[in-house]
Amino acid sequence: MEVARIVELLKERFGEALVEEHLEVVDPWIEVRREALVEICRFLRDDPRLEFNQLMCLSGVHVKDDLLWSVCHVFSYTHRHRLGLKVVLGTGDNHCPTLTGIWPAADWHERESYDLVGIVYDGHPDPRRILCPEDWVGHPLRKDYVTPSTYNGMPLD
Amino acid sequence: MDQAIESREGGNILTTSADWLVNEVRARSLWPLTFGLACCAIEMMATGAGRFDIARFGSEVFRPTPRQADLMIVAGTVTMKMASRLKLLFEQMPEPKYVISMGSCANCGGPYWKYGYHVLKGVDRVVPVDVYIPGCPPRPEALLEGMDVLRDIIRTKKAQLSLKERRAQA
Repeated sequence: MEVARIVELLKERFGEALVEEHLEVVDPWIEVRREALVEICRFLRDDPRLEFNQLMCLSGVHVKDDLLWSVCHVFSYTHRHRLGLKVVLGTGDNHCPTLTGIWPAADWHERESYDLVGIVYDGHPDPRRILCPEDWVGHPLRKDYVTPSTYNGMPLD
Repeated sequence: MDQAIESREGGNILTTSADWLVNEVRARSLWPLTFGLACCAIEMMATGAGRFDIARFGSEVFRPTPRQADLMIVAGTVTMKMASRLKLLFEQMPEPKYVISMGSCANCGGPYWKYGYHVLKGVDRVVPVDVYIPGCPPRPEALLEGMDVLRDIIRTKKAQLSLKERRAQA
């Protein structure tokens, strides 16, 4: 299905929850409100016209200052179409609903996004760090991250 | 080596020093701990395989447990998460034990020297290193050369310490 038609279907059903759409780019994406994210994703997965049955990736981005993104790309093996979804968050307001209930693949991706960028996924079944040690302080891919001078008595400079 | 062994009684009895014998045995049966951490491990595996054949030097038995290993070849990038495990594994190895730091990452942090928030800047900050092998990654010949250097180091050591010396070390 054409990506424009997919967005039309979403607009019909969710209306205001879609904030922005960028369809004339190589990798079309839409910005959605975080309150509606889970419902939109459930619709994307379950509607027989869409059937987005794979979560290709989910990443956290610290864009600048206090602007955070949680971005995911979904793909349909049935219909061979894809779409990017973006939720805009802030460093002080970094909670995002989890997608593990829709696509179990989101589990480790969300843990990585939490570990490195510091986005908290509400409702995640296992919200631990995944790459850094569990007693690590801070989120290394934040722009304002300052590397500590030691870790457990080992020099890090 | 020829001077170290003295032949007697028509070749049936050899006399030599205990130091020489023990050191030679140690040097020629270094059992490495399997410690591949990154791309250097690929070169370490190649060293163990047929073309380079580390078995020529008695080191083909890569041990999966530190209790049976004499040599830790730190082959690759040591992250902070791994560093504490690495220290623990080193402490679990029985004496005498040796460490070879293989490749730029293990020597000094390599490409992660400046901006790697998660990389230990040299494995010598955690465990004592006997031989450093430069390269990114070093070729198998370089690893064999490094082990040759280590064998020379072992040959210079006193095999058996006196009680006084052992107390001083502890």
